[in-house]
Amino acid sequence: MSVRVQAEPFNMGAEVDDFTAEMTGAGAVVTFSGLVRDEGGTLSSMEIEHYPGMTEKALEAIRAEALERFSLTGARIIHRYGPLKPDEQIMMVATAARHRADAFAGAEFLMDYLKSRAPFWKKEHGADGTDWVAAKDADEAALDRWSKDR
Amino acid sequence: MIEVLYFAWLRERIGERAETVETEAATVADLVEELRARSEAHALAFSDMASVRVALDQELTTMDAPLAGVREAAFFPPMTGG
Repeated sequence: MSVRVQAEPFNMGAEVDDFTAEMTGAGAVVTFSGLVRDEGGTLSSMEIEHYPGMTEKALEAIRAEALERFSLTGARIIHRYGPLKPDEQIMMVATAARHRADAFAGAEFLMDYLKSRAPFWKKEHGADGTDWVAAKDADEAALDRWSKDR
Repeated sequence: MIEVLYFAWLRERIGERAETVETEAATVADLVEELRARSEAHALAFSDMASVRVALDQELTTMDAPLAGVREAAFFPPMTGG
């Protein structure tokens, strides 16, 4: 499956091997994984809520757009939900293309879009209590470059 | 009749994940007005609309979107994936 939303951990190495094996004709594979920051030891856990149904649709749509814009050979997105501990993996993207520029750009595009267009919300449990993570203006600004560029 | 869903702090403030609403509202904004009148918790949840996003039938849209034919409306704060 090219898009997976799951509570369970995933094995990054195995995913990349599996993805790469499917990418006949590609000359470049770029991968990214996002981890739970421990915020200097103050974070005890993070909880990720999502909107089942819409999440998968939104990720599929973002993936389809990336495939087309960057002529990708393929792309895989895995995003977890539920309670996570510091240093755990939250998500990964992998992109493959004939040349590295498209694979890198495709991965960045996927990350920028899924940060503020896929229905996930993070809540941090820490020493000072619990708080929903606020969206950053920089996340919206990151989307602008993709509309100006092309 | 429309199924209204809440996520993240909207869900917490309202105290419900979902509610079925009988409405004749023409747009999302009109529906929000009706929801605000339901309880103080609803009014508080919808007090700062700059921090509220909406999806109709699982597609992101805007507050002026028409509600005709819509089965599911979801309200939530700006998304923080990745």
